[in-house]
Amino acid sequence: MTTDSTEQELLRGLAANDRKAIETIYRTYYSMVQTLVINNSGTSDDARDIFQEAIIVLYEKAKSGSFELHAQLKTYIYAVCRRLWLKKLAVYKRFSGDLANARETIATEDDLEIFEHRTKDFEMMEEALQNLGEPCKELLESYYIRKKNMSEIAKEFGYTNAENAKNQKYKCLMRLKKIFFGHYNNNNNS
Amino acid sequence: MDERLILESIERYIRGEMLPEERKFFEDLRKSNPGIDQLVVEHTVFLHMMEKFGDRKNIKSTLQDVHNELFETGQIKQSKETKVRRLWLKYRKTVAVAASIAAITALAISGITSYYAPRTPINQLQALNRQYSELARGQKSINERLNNKLPLKGPVPVETEIKGGTGFMIDPKGYIVTNAHVIGNSTIVIVQNNKGQEFSTRIVYINAAADLAFLKIVDSSFKAPAVLPYAINKGNIELGEAIFTLGYPRDEIVYGEGYLSAKTGYRGDSLTCQIAVAANPGNSGGPVLDKNGEVIGVLSNRQEHVQGAVFAIRSKNIFIALDDMKKDSSLNSKIDSSLTSIHLPQTSTVKNLDRVQQIKKIQEFIYLVKSY
Repeated sequence: MTTDSTEQELLRGLAANDRKAIETIYRTYYSMVQTLVINNSGTSDDARDIFQEAIIVLYEKAKSGSFELHAQLKTYIYAVCRRLWLKKLAVYKRFSGDLANARETIATEDDLEIFEHRTKDFEMMEEALQNLGEPCKELLESYYIRKKNMSEIAKEFGYTNAENAKNQKYKCLMRLKKIFFGHYNNNNNS
Repeated sequence: MDERLILESIERYIRGEMLPEERKFFEDLRKSNPGIDQLVVEHTVFLHMMEKFGDRKNIKSTLQDVHNELFETGQIKQSKETKVRRLWLKYRKTVAVAASIAAITALAISGITSYYAPRTPINQLQALNRQYSELARGQKSINERLNNKLPLKGPVPVETEIKGGTGFMIDPKGYIVTNAHVIGNSTIVIVQNNKGQEFSTRIVYINAAADLAFLKIVDSSFKAPAVLPYAINKGNIELGEAIFTLGYPRDEIVYGEGYLSAKTGYRGDSLTCQIAVAANPGNSGGPVLDKNGEVIGVLSNRQEHVQGAVFAIRSKNIFIALDDMKKDSSLNSKIDSSLTSIHLPQTSTVKNLDRVQQIKKIQEFIYLVKSY
């Protein structure tokens, strides 16, 4: 089954972090997931978390470019949410009822593995940034995540010139890389 | 070269910001200097990670934004999930187990109970005697006294149950038959005729099995009639036969009309028969007469919750009970000489009269029975 053009469009919008597309996705699929989670021992907060995680999986897949959806978007989101929720239930040790027995519609195992691996990396990055403290965290986030240029940053942070800001950024970067690669290599080798 | 400058160059190189000549120079440097090459690879990984990390942060915040906005504008509704439901979801397994145990226990207990319980037929018969209003009044006055905290001076009315019913004469000497349950355990029985005259009586014989009781008026004011207008039927009865009753469901004599609806009584009891007639508490002990003025039964009780199922003791039981009484040796000591000479009336003198005339003649021999 190929997905129709509207769904392809939605995915392109999602990959571009387009608010309109995300709103449409939310409106179309959220209540389905909410029903799934709440009918299976979950709360509406659980439903929100599960749904958002599923959309992130979809987003990262869409962004990787090599993404081809072989099922309807609805089916894919449902399958991902179901798996994610089963895992949460296992962690909570709550009764999963017949959700576990339901037949899996499409395989999402690989996608979720990638997602979880990345999530771990990102958590590590978050922690490393947290350990740097201010102003390093803010400085690096402004440059690498928010993509501001160094003279803007210098002005924002009150450095007398961009050169000083670059110096500071360099020191922070070296510290971050040290912490992060320390964790990263440890984790990936073990 | 300053390490910082090297890193900045690497970043520019990775991002493709270098001019062609500069890029050429840098690529040559990479090839000749493994340290630089290593740094490039490492920094590429790092930048890639930062990129993805940023993306993830952005999409997360967008999602949360959208979520909040859609909820606030009501485009997505939170499904109603109350605290009760949450508790239910959490504990439904436990609840199910508890409920099963409760159900099994209940079934087991009811099973055991019904297995060991004696199998007695449920008595759904309501005796048609009536509770006297004097009792209610008596209790009311006691309650009033108690409520008003009046000193309980003098004898407090003893709470004896006053039962009421109907009886009818079977021998001009003053013998009256009524239901045994009208008398119950009472010792004092007073009868009252339709003119309001009261006579004291003596309980002659009670046959609880047949639910019949015999009384004798022992009052000086009683004048024995020459003959009774009605007869006591000894023979058979026919289904559908028209019948009528006279009794005291209230202090006034009340006439009722109906038909014989079954030759047996409650649960096939052959001592009784079923009649369709309006009967109320107080009718107990009253005669059931056929169109010829022959007593065919003694009205006794009705089936509860069933419309029009009234039962009467067949009149032939009066004969049987009288025979038993005469044979009963325990009664011999206190036996009245007249007892053995009870003769039930055999011929009805109202046979061809119309109903109003029949009743006029019969009613004075129907008594209101009050037992204290």
